[in-house]
Amino acid sequence: MLSGDWRMEGCGTYGDAMYRYDLTDKTLVSERVAQFRDQTRRFLAGELSEDEFRHLRLRNGLYIQRHAPMLRVAIPYGLLSSRQLRALGSIARRYDRGYGHFTTRQNIQYNWPKLEEVPDILAELADVEMHAIQTSGNCIRNTTSDHLAGVTPDELEDPRPWCELIRQWSTFHPEFTYLPRKFKIAVTGAPQDRAASQVHDVGVHLVRNLNGELGFEILAGGGLGRTPIIGQVVRDFLPREHLLSYLEAILRVYNLEGRRDNIHKARIKILLRSLGIEEFRRRVEDEWEFTRDSGLRVDDAQIARLRGFFNPPAYRNLVNTEPAAGKSTAFRAWYRYNTTAHKVPGYRAVYISLKKPDVAPGDVTDSQMELLADLAERYSFAEVRVTHTQNLLFADVEQEQTFDLWQTLEKAGLATPNIGTLTDMICCPGLDFCSLANAGSIDVAKLINDRFDDYDYLYDLGELEIKMSGCMNACGHHHVGHIGILGVDKSGEEWYQITIGGAAGADASLGSVIGPSVAKTEVAETIANLLEVYVEQRRPDERFLDTVRRLGVKPFKERVYAAPAAA
Amino acid sequence: MPRRLLRDGRIVDDDWSYLAESADGAAALILTVAEWQTERAAWMARGARLGVVLQPADKVELLAPEISRLDLIAAQFSGPSEGRGYSQARVLREQWQFGGELRATGFVRRDQLFFMARCGFNSFELADTDLEAAAAALSTFSQAYQPSNDGGLPFKLQHGGPNIPANA
Repeated sequence: MLSGDWRMEGCGTYGDAMYRYDLTDKTLVSERVAQFRDQTRRFLAGELSEDEFRHLRLRNGLYIQRHAPMLRVAIPYGLLSSRQLRALGSIARRYDRGYGHFTTRQNIQYNWPKLEEVPDILAELADVEMHAIQTSGNCIRNTTSDHLAGVTPDELEDPRPWCELIRQWSTFHPEFTYLPRKFKIAVTGAPQDRAASQVHDVGVHLVRNLNGELGFEILAGGGLGRTPIIGQVVRDFLPREHLLSYLEAILRVYNLEGRRDNIHKARIKILLRSLGIEEFRRRVEDEWEFTRDSGLRVDDAQIARLRGFFNPPAYRNLVNTEPAAGKSTAFRAWYRYNTTAHKVPGYRAVYISLKKPDVAPGDVTDSQMELLADLAERYSFAEVRVTHTQNLLFADVEQEQTFDLWQTLEKAGLATPNIGTLTDMICCPGLDFCSLANAGSIDVAKLINDRFDDYDYLYDLGELEIKMSGCMNACGHHHVGHIGILGVDKSGEEWYQITIGGAAGADASLGSVIGPSVAKTEVAETIANLLEVYVEQRRPDERFLDTVRRLGVKPFKERVYAAPAAA
Repeated sequence: MPRRLLRDGRIVDDDWSYLAESADGAAALILTVAEWQTERAAWMARGARLGVVLQPADKVELLAPEISRLDLIAAQFSGPSEGRGYSQARVLREQWQFGGELRATGFVRRDQLFFMARCGFNSFELADTDLEAAAAALSTFSQAYQPSNDGGLPFKLQHGGPNIPANA
């Protein structure tokens, strides 16, 4: 076979199982590029003030950060074609410093673009059906979802068609572009919640009612930040044709009633808490009377068309095998931790760990992106997914090909066998990049990696989620980490508050603070102390999280604060 | 000099005055909600055209009882992040079937006009001096993803093929 031909082998056309832009999408995205180019020009020419431009650029994902602008690009519900990933790599090399950072909300961030070049970056993104629309600012953000959508055996229904429906409805929504605060929606279709939907402004869960009809459970008012709250059920069953009209009703109530006098009290969670769930629900349902039979009603033909974009790829007729049998310890560990079950016999979903110990969590280089694009074409139907935990995923890999894939990933530093373990940390960019941060995150991640470099110990500890944020904004989701780490500023010094017992899945809960914050040099030792208590007290097969839930904070706290401080 | 504004896509002289700026008891007056509420009967007896300006926190329902007597409703935008007026406009147009002039006032910039117009505003008191550039901003986008209030802009809601006009 000629080199280059293999890209198409078994893969049909590129990005078969994803939404493709039609003329409307293309037109809107290119009109947006033209609009933003003009806004940037007016700002650079002094026709727009800093403040006026700020409101405009934020709605296009452009922050002014510590060193340079930061551009956040949307990856709708985490789905990328190999062609798109290759374009992201190319942009990283030519406009940035050769890397990008994947976030917990399935976006990618560039930390070093030049303001005047941003319109050109947007034009290149538009060429591959991508954009930065509504990735920041007080508007409806990128809709996120389960990275195992369509392939996980426990799924009730594929959430992606519904995500695309929401993406379109929310894009340039004329009424909801100047909300009191940002608004995040996550959609899941499986009992296991891999999208942290309960800590979103709105969580949409695909469910079936007693008659077997498909619909949605709608949650609202979840969120992290300064006031972490788990979302509450607004409606336990919404017939599927009403999804958009119901969301529109929720958003209208929020837009009119949400607080605008205090940025820290402006999220929908605060409105919901102050009204109470009953009153909030009443207002939404009253508003829904006006919206439910509007042009937002989704008919069966529309649903069928959207589902058509997410048809399963051309799977081969295979049987399950034991690819790890007889292979090296290293491969077996990787296969166990970095691959997961697939609903089609003979296939696995494969995680690409972006948590190599000496690399900032979620960071990936231009050449790694290009390599992964090639590998996706060879092994996984030319598609790559971004996970909520800042890793990547090949959703559809033949079990028998996992060994070949692993060998290549291993050479590229992309096979760290740590998915779901202590070092698979979620981490915000922290003080190194973000102008909001109080403290560093990346360097703490490094210290933790240095302290916990024994894989046998990590594997013995089992499932453990460490989540770290450099400030109260909680981009690193520390409240819902089994162990959460929050950077705080103490008279100019970086200190860290530790919480335990948080979770983001279907059993979502907020962590409890164990006590006074600790110095940067003590963070890793503090975690070691927490884990010591766990190892001593755990029951067979009990996760750290469950031990904390059973015992409470007390024994952990006593150990941490009784122990002499690390030198 | 009369105030210039954008109405129905054209640059025109404003033929309305706010009560506070009207020394000569102009024929067409825009009142605050408080002014309107205190002497409603007297204002209506006057027989001239009447308008009311809503502040962002004002409930649209305040105007419901005599909405048919109003020829103009204005929504005040208090700053660059104010967004309640967008919902006020849609509620006025869609739930109260207000058919008169719906005006955006206050912090109104050309970059917001497309969205404002889609919510039902048809006139704009702009801070921008370049009203022609502002008028052009009304056609920033040629299509939309969601139905709204702009009668005619082609929209699609996740169906392919030709776009269907919103009022078809």
